[in-house]
Amino acid sequence: MAHTRRLVPHGFLAPAIVLFGLFFALPIGYAAHLSLHSMQVKGLGLGRNAREEVWVGLDNYATALADPELLAGAGRVLRYGAMLVPTMLGLALLFALLLDLPRTRFRAFSRLAIFLPYAVPGIIASLLWGFLYLPSVSPGYFLLNAAGWSGPDLLHGDGLFLALTNISVWGGTGFNMIVIYTALRAVPPELYESARLDGCSEAQIAWRIKIPLIRPSLVLTFFFSTIATLQVFAEPMTLRPLTNSLTFTWSPYMKVYRDAFVQGGLHSAAATAVVIAAVTLLLSFSFLKLVNRRAAS
Amino acid sequence: MKRRTSWVPTLVLLLGAVYCLIPVLWVLMAATKSRSELFSTFTFLPGSGLWSNLAELTAYRDGVYWLWMLNSALYAGVGALLSAVVSAVSGYALAKFDFRGRGVIFTVILTGVLMPPITLAVPQYLLLAKVDLAGTYWSVLLPSILSPYGIYLARVYAAAAVPDEVLEAARMDGARELRLFTSIAWPMMLPGLVTIFLFQFVAIWNNFLLPYVMLADDGTFPVTVGLYSLLQQGASRPALYTLVITGALLSIIPLIALFLGLQRYWRVDLLSGVVKS
Repeated sequence: MAHTRRLVPHGFLAPAIVLFGLFFALPIGYAAHLSLHSMQVKGLGLGRNAREEVWVGLDNYATALADPELLAGAGRVLRYGAMLVPTMLGLALLFALLLDLPRTRFRAFSRLAIFLPYAVPGIIASLLWGFLYLPSVSPGYFLLNAAGWSGPDLLHGDGLFLALTNISVWGGTGFNMIVIYTALRAVPPELYESARLDGCSEAQIAWRIKIPLIRPSLVLTFFFSTIATLQVFAEPMTLRPLTNSLTFTWSPYMKVYRDAFVQGGLHSAAATAVVIAAVTLLLSFSFLKLVNRRAAS
Repeated sequence: MKRRTSWVPTLVLLLGAVYCLIPVLWVLMAATKSRSELFSTFTFLPGSGLWSNLAELTAYRDGVYWLWMLNSALYAGVGALLSAVVSAVSGYALAKFDFRGRGVIFTVILTGVLMPPITLAVPQYLLLAKVDLAGTYWSVLLPSILSPYGIYLARVYAAAAVPDEVLEAARMDGARELRLFTSIAWPMMLPGLVTIFLFQFVAIWNNFLLPYVMLADDGTFPVTVGLYSLLQQGASRPALYTLVITGALLSIIPLIALFLGLQRYWRVDLLSGVVKS
């Protein structure tokens, strides 16, 4: 009886462990395997078994890392992230602090409206904004033209970064605002009641008391927003049919997809995918370690 | 103390609300425009083509659009339901039992959150292709069930909502372990599980990468991939733009309804404190 009792938690965990093995561990192992192999033509290259998989060591990695498009794509994603994360979280924090003020009105409406884009898939959000960026259908351009101005070109060159950043700011601000606002609501109001009586302004209270108290939530939102930024895929993919200046290798994710499924280079795509995973994990763990060390000291 | 309205914060928030509503209002107006009106009239005025747009969308390739919506509901509904069940049993085991390897299992599963979806999707596709499942409903459903995030939330929720004493007392009475879970822990965890279901439902409904990698036949597409394929064809046939726009409007209605209808279950507070652990 004691023996069977000991296996109870494992029984409950069995579905999760099996799923993890099949859909996380096995695919990662397979990606690692592919990344170390290549297809080679055997003999004259005729017949069904004319191609075989051979061990090539780190060759695929050398090729992947030497490809200037990967580095350029990483650079574009970093630039996009440097625009997106501070803007989105800055707005989320601002809105959350304003919602937390005692004399703000129409709070329920504003909160709901700003949270609404969370219910819109990235692909639909990009589609909607994509049309709003098209001078022929956009009300923004309609008004600008009526006033005699031509609007900025958001679908080419540097404008694209603005276009993509705007889509993601629109889609992500509300969710982060709610996370931060929930943290603010959990702070006991007595903590700043006395500051208020002492004549501190709301801005001072926000800066000196509220923001330091909700630091864990800010760290959390920063961490997950940054990871989501690195994974940008649906948004540039959706804008592609609307512009000719978004290449299929705009972000490293898109490059992996193209290499694997458009060009059929599974082995080199696997190497790139493993590099992306390694960089993501390395950045995540160093960040978490840094946060924990600062929290401990 | 004066209780006057502070207008500056109110206006800043309303400005944010307007910014968030603009694309939604635009698509609402654009979906009512006929093909010729779309490119010729001011975009924030309604047009006269809503019914013909709807009829045209429904007629498009024998109603494939509605099939996409059904598929989305199927992937998100069934996927999120299974995900909530798996998260519940796993979170319960991790919160309420002390056993060797508990910490390791939890950490390994949580690391799954950090795995880039593309690094998983490509080999998942190749492996599923080996067993002839790539391109089927299973290929989108199965990889969506395990949610490291859901397991984390279920663990936090089980620890807080299911008291050890109740479990011990029922054990003394000779209740079987499975019964303890189904008749005691499950009902106590239910509000938290609804939250997990909703988050996972949105995550699957909004997902693009996984179904885009897995599926080739447009009869199996969810609405995200379906509209994307329509937009791609629209690049060469602008006549399809009105269909894309009408389809986009219809596709966001179910999620917004789900969201307004179940507002009290969107417990974002459960998400806080991830960094603490």
